[in-house]
Amino acid sequence: MLHYLEQAMSDAPKQRAPELEFANVSRRGFLTIAATGFAVAAFTTQAGAFARYKTGGDFMPHGIRYDPKIFVSIDADGTVTIVAHRSEMGTGSRTSLPMVLADEMGADWSRVKIVQAEGDEPKYGNQDTDGSRSMRHHIQSMRQMGASVRHMLAQAAAKKWGVDAKSVTVGVHEVTSGGRKAGFGDLAADAMALDVPAFEDLTFRTEDQFRYIGKGNIPITDLHDITTGKAIYGADVSLPGMKFAAIARPPAVGSKPIRYDATATFKVPGVEKVLGLQISNFPAKFAPLGGIAVIASNTDAAIKGRDALEIEWAEGPHSGYNSAAFTEEMRATAKKPGAVLRAEGDAKAAFEGAAKVFARDYSQAHMAHAMMEPPVAVANVANGKAEIWAPVQSPFGTRGDLAGALNMPIEDVTVNVTLLGGGFGRKSKCDFAIEAAQLSQRIGAPVKVQWTREDDIRHSFYHTTSVERIEVALDADNKVTGWRHNSVAPSILSTFAPDSGHQFFIESGMGHIDMPFDIPNISVENGAAMAHTRIGWFRSVSNIPRAWAVQSFVAELANEIGRDHKDLLMEMIGPDRLLDPPKQGFPENFWDYGEVYDEYPIDTARLKNVLAIAADKAGWGLDLPAGEGIGLAVHRSFVTYVATAARVKIVDGKITVPEMHMALDCGFAANPERIRSQMEGAAVMGMTTAMHSGITYENGAVTQSNFHDYPMVRSDNYPQKVHTHVVPHGFEVHASGVGEPGVPPVPPAIANAVFAATGKRLRDLPFGDTV
Amino acid sequence: MATVRINGQSRTIDGPDDTTLLWAIRDMAGLTGTKYGCGAGLCGACTVHVDGEAVRSCQSTVGDVAGKDVTTIEGLSPDGNHPVQVAWREYNVPQCGFCQAGQIMQAAAILKQKPDLTDDEILEGMSGNICRCGCYERIVAAVRHVSTGS
Ligand code: FES
Ligand code: FES
Repeated sequence: MLHYLEQAMSDAPKQRAPELEFANVSRRGFLTIAATGFAVAAFTTQAGAFARYKTGGDFMPHGIRYDPKIFVSIDADGTVTIVAHRSEMGTGSRTSLPMVLADEMGADWSRVKIVQAEGDEPKYGNQDTDGSRSMRHHIQSMRQMGASVRHMLAQAAAKKWGVDAKSVTVGVHEVTSGGRKAGFGDLAADAMALDVPAFEDLTFRTEDQFRYIGKGNIPITDLHDITTGKAIYGADVSLPGMKFAAIARPPAVGSKPIRYDATATFKVPGVEKVLGLQISNFPAKFAPLGGIAVIASNTDAAIKGRDALEIEWAEGPHSGYNSAAFTEEMRATAKKPGAVLRAEGDAKAAFEGAAKVFARDYSQAHMAHAMMEPPVAVANVANGKAEIWAPVQSPFGTRGDLAGALNMPIEDVTVNVTLLGGGFGRKSKCDFAIEAAQLSQRIGAPVKVQWTREDDIRHSFYHTTSVERIEVALDADNKVTGWRHNSVAPSILSTFAPDSGHQFFIESGMGHIDMPFDIPNISVENGAAMAHTRIGWFRSVSNIPRAWAVQSFVAELANEIGRDHKDLLMEMIGPDRLLDPPKQGFPENFWDYGEVYDEYPIDTARLKNVLAIAADKAGWGLDLPAGEGIGLAVHRSFVTYVATAARVKIVDGKITVPEMHMALDCGFAANPERIRSQMEGAAVMGMTTAMHSGITYENGAVTQSNFHDYPMVRSDNYPQKVHTHVVPHGFEVHASGVGEPGVPPVPPAIANAVFAATGKRLRDLPFGDTV
Repeated sequence: MATVRINGQSRTIDGPDDTTLLWAIRDMAGLTGTKYGCGAGLCGACTVHVDGEAVRSCQSTVGDVAGKDVTTIEGLSPDGNHPVQVAWREYNVPQCGFCQAGQIMQAAAILKQKPDLTDDEILEGMSGNICRCGCYERIVAAVRHVSTGS
């Protein structure tokens, strides 16, 4: 995400890569021009086992590394150590990527050890763990590195035994030839001293030879440590002489303290110091908000001391922010024409000539990520060096930001990545690590900064608030002839650059411009809305309000014109086809999640297929008892297709969800078990988003503070049975990611089910848990 | 200074009696398996056992547990194989894992009180523990497995 923001700020270059580059890919590969454009069929010695394709990973900062000597080491006792270079925040990437490498290599998983990389992209390649990209961008490099080590082990054995390499077989953690046999450990030193083979000299396993890939038979690597309390998260790091800090941050962004009284603070045993911190206002990227820090000998004293501070804050630049009034302003803006982002056909004429126009608008409040582990970081800045331990999604970005904030060369900054107790985009923003490092630099001792839950909910980088208005033109036969979708929401860009009030190409690429319906006249528009708080990305980002609007709207339209919702939705998606962006009025800078479009085109057949699966499995069309209903929604995001069929039952006015079907097409499914856990999690977070997640503002300050007024779905009312249906594909259908795409269809599916059960239409998120 | 028995060991806590038990356990006893999630009794991440009962350690003080036995996730089972821990592994329950020590301690406590829990009792008994990653279905399945063997 970050690197695209930097691009957007520097005069947005073209995002679609018109030419394929072949760095790291066989020069002997050849291009075929398929009907859809370029397809790459690279040379492999096992035809079809692994045809290379281009991903957006090559356009990420520092790209992708293919050198197994960086990622793999083998001890003499046969222990295989694999580096996890992406952050683990619950998606399972720390298990799934090494698992791919291990399988291709022939390693026995029980003898594999995983070590976490520090923030070092020049060494490991890109480490930004967001955008549902870990598997999408790295499955090929993991396979290639695994195959490389397997070849090196075979070569080492051949040399040692004086036999032809062709006679050598690499089995599971052992190598054989004739009657000879050696373990990986026996060959490790010789093998790892060999040159790494070129891609074209490698053979790859065929899918029937996989032991772990695609099987879902590997438990997460930290399972034992998590269940015994030994897993190390950010707050679990402790250094000798470490001090503990809690910070009082401005209630409204940019407000300054006029005066403060720390008398009560110093009465708290353990409090040692009170320090003023520089106040920042956006755009300031991830600069800390500033405020007043309390330094103590333990966390309890730091928090109690912080809470005892009496501070008078001045009015600040955003103290006038009242979100209820702001939503109404956005509603009014959405009714007016916005800046046109996509124009296909002649929408104006379609609306003028319409027999009928149908319009609705849908809103969403801000959200805070509320990952279970609030922001926390430990820093030791001493002797001209800085070392940080933190649960960060962007370890190298963090390192760069720390170097800047500390005024140190980046070589002198080390970022150690702990496990993340959830991330959801919040931990891509390293303000909390900067706080710890600056305090450590200032007091000359190691410091842990612990955010309380109140801090987390009141001082986040919030999911934007929005109004999405959709209007359609209908002809006399109720056929949709025109589509206008005006999206109004403060932009993430406002955190990074002076605010224009307009969204940028990433936000517009998330279910707005890329709307897949087969409608002849389309106008996709963006009305201005200025940011009054720090806006950041939250799992699924703009796809949440877009799916909410589009998928609720089609259900409303079906009801309005007396059609079956599923039939109308299928009909609007239209014939099987790949969308052709230039022909369909997409702008030049259309963003397909950073991928080369022709490798991951918008495929309506795949979209309809997941919808059909979810609807069928849920029993769409069957009669249900009174007070029950099924709701559907389908959405493509992060180049993955997901449909949700939610079954809702109203119990004494309370919305319950006894069952949910999640049908998804993520291309080749590398780890179906973690795909399933992501869908289960998306169902829960989608339900929380639908019913509970509303951050509101009064006079610039967040109204909510903890889980009593910013509640989460709990075990007393959650989607009780989530059925995940994964569309099976071979490796040739490019694997995509699953961390984010599960969430967007959930809120509209629940709302559509509530309508089916009660006749009540919900248009504003969050809509509460009662009807 | 107060003395607290944690996992069968006496620990000296360098702080007043009103020191929050959670931070005494984490910062002073150095046992970091017990987590901070809300500090307000709302999430269950900090759940420990006090004389065998589930207690939110963020809502207790060192003084409250004087003379009592505190058990944390580290002390739930000597080899880490309490039936609840084993079931958690069998169902591959965690995502990020941060809430799971609290979930396991809560589950172990309610199962101790009543080994054969009905589904409603499981849902109710676990409802004080938030999992933002959304592992509820597996949490409930794992507790049910320990409870009824199914
Ligand atoms: S931290 Fe104690 S209940 Fe949340
Ligand atoms: S596993 Fe992440 S909060 Fe429960």
